[in-house]
Amino acid sequence: MIESGKFGKYGGIFAPELLIPALEELESAFLKYKDDKKFNQELEFYLKEFAGRPTNLYLAKNLSQKLGCRIYLKREDMLHTGAHKINNTLGQGLMAKYMGKKRLIAETGAGQHGIATAAVGALFGMPTDVYMGMEDVKRQRLNVFRMEISGAKVIPVETGSKTLKDAINESMRDWMTNVQDTHYLIGSTMGFHPYPTMVKHFQTVIGKETKNQILEKEKKLPDVIIACVGGGSNAIGIFSEFIPDSEVELIGVEGGGHGIKSGNHGATLCAGSEGVLHGSLSYVLQDTDGQICEAHSVSAGLDYPGVGPEHAYLHTQRRARYVNVTDSQALRGFQLLSCYEGIMPALESAHAIAYMEKYAQKPENKGKTIVVNLSGRGDKDMFLAASILGVEV
Amino acid sequence: MNFKKQKHSPGKIHSSNTLETYDEMFKRLKKNKKGAFVPFIVAGDPEFETSLQIVKTLLESGADALEIGFAFSDPVADGPTIQESDLRALDSGMNTQKSFEFIKRIREFTSIPIGLLVYYNLIYKKGVDEFYKEAKRCGVTSILSADLPPEEAEEALQAAKKYNINQIFLVAHTTQKNRLDKICQMASGFIYLVSVMGVTGARKEVQNSTVDLIKRIRNHSDLPVMVGFGISKSSHVKDVIQAGAQGAIVGSAIIEIISKNHDKPELMLQKIKKETSKMKEATLIEVI
Repeated sequence: MIESGKFGKYGGIFAPELLIPALEELESAFLKYKDDKKFNQELEFYLKEFAGRPTNLYLAKNLSQKLGCRIYLKREDMLHTGAHKINNTLGQGLMAKYMGKKRLIAETGAGQHGIATAAVGALFGMPTDVYMGMEDVKRQRLNVFRMEISGAKVIPVETGSKTLKDAINESMRDWMTNVQDTHYLIGSTMGFHPYPTMVKHFQTVIGKETKNQILEKEKKLPDVIIACVGGGSNAIGIFSEFIPDSEVELIGVEGGGHGIKSGNHGATLCAGSEGVLHGSLSYVLQDTDGQICEAHSVSAGLDYPGVGPEHAYLHTQRRARYVNVTDSQALRGFQLLSCYEGIMPALESAHAIAYMEKYAQKPENKGKTIVVNLSGRGDKDMFLAASILGVEV
Repeated sequence: MNFKKQKHSPGKIHSSNTLETYDEMFKRLKKNKKGAFVPFIVAGDPEFETSLQIVKTLLESGADALEIGFAFSDPVADGPTIQESDLRALDSGMNTQKSFEFIKRIREFTSIPIGLLVYYNLIYKKGVDEFYKEAKRCGVTSILSADLPPEEAEEALQAAKKYNINQIFLVAHTTQKNRLDKICQMASGFIYLVSVMGVTGARKEVQNSTVDLIKRIRNHSDLPVMVGFGISKSSHVKDVIQAGAQGAIVGSAIIEIISKNHDKPELMLQKIKKETSKMKEATLIEVI
């Protein structure tokens, strides 16, 4: 490998030997194409014409008035397939095409990354297999259908806890077996090098746009940026552009599940410890021996016992601050944005909204300019939200 | 080629204060014109005492060394057979401390080399130095982490050196020449050749490219080569040893027997004995 893929001591290449040549190939392709004019022109074309970029930075007037702050929403929820995931799948999918790969594989939790990968597979004419935990397949029938209608094959994973982490295990096994013609399209800023760096690269478009837009609208940088963190790709995408601006506070919101004390949560940075999972050294939820624990969050995207290594670095450097909100607080965020602004956030993004409310209500934060990364839309969560709220649909 | 069925003397089980090194094992086998038969199981599958019985049976079948896995919740380099084995062991209450205890118990009745197969998080969490120290104390000969390539292995190598444990590395079909050189320099004990594209698990036949790769490594290094991943029949054992490997590591084929029969321990042990005895017989090097 050319680079170590380290963020401080975090990250790295904890990969089985069989995958090393593929990671080397991927790294060199990434280093080549990230600055390649033709590649970037083509990617920009698809981001604009297919995905619908740029997304708006929308001033949420009603909430701003209610909370006494200037609250902006980065509208990643408006993108094709419903979330920021498409930024990364277009980037990696196009790269896979340039590299001559014939087939895409992906893991998915609730299905958002799977749908974004299936769409790109259809767009570029590449057969796509999506690994999804059996539990998630049952919970998300509609998303399974969405993937299948786009021509992807959804492979239910029956091993382990039958959720996202097991879907990742299965995807890695598939890749080890079919590494020559297959590209493994990882959906978050996690995994072995070069994935955390590469996924960040394809998501930085969020932060770049945000910076230009806020400077145009407010003539200054925001005071704070708030984003939810599961693996952490939407957060790193919006944070990275502002990391050098030390006056901008960066806050990542993890899935607090039933509360940290309950042990049922996905708050890896808030309550986990250092460990090696899925290819990199980062924070993980684990027992005293290092066995990986199952995570819990009402939102499938935050239901993961690991976190991207760069977040571990930002956390230990104290450049970003990581907090968590519980399932029920997130539900409140979901309702709040829906009824004040007419925008239904994904339950993942609802965590960021919930924390934003908490933040804005503190007297010392009055009048601040807040940007919330609205990473996805809530359509996928309507049945779940309704059932939690006791409404039959 | 048919082999005459030989009777194995259970006198193979021995206890000794001096533990055999890989070097000594390979020399002993070479004299007898044999390759090494190295079975792999997960410590504590299906539970501690039965697992220990399995080890005894493997020794009776003529195991030349043992590979013992420490159960891990997310074994990404393994196929479903070994993952289930890991989960059975964890469900029975195995953990790192009990796995070390398991090695100590094995050491009460054998001095042949014992290699550990441990996912790196279990090592990292305990503390690399501490883990290797404990391994040495329990009589471990070598450690292999399937998710620890040379790039990340500095700390492990230091600890391995300090406690005189062989650090084993994997080599695959996909490993390029420069990298192979580097791995051969870092490794000690033997080179673990991954015989298939993919994860552990039973396969129908040994790939031709495995045979080529064995030759490639033999030209590169004096380190013995052992072939694992997908070696599931006595004919595979024979093939890789005929191709120049010094030994074969067999996991999934044994664990499948455990998986299907663990509720009938006597039958399970009989089947393991039968299958692994055949494999040991297949390690005889034929002069062509």
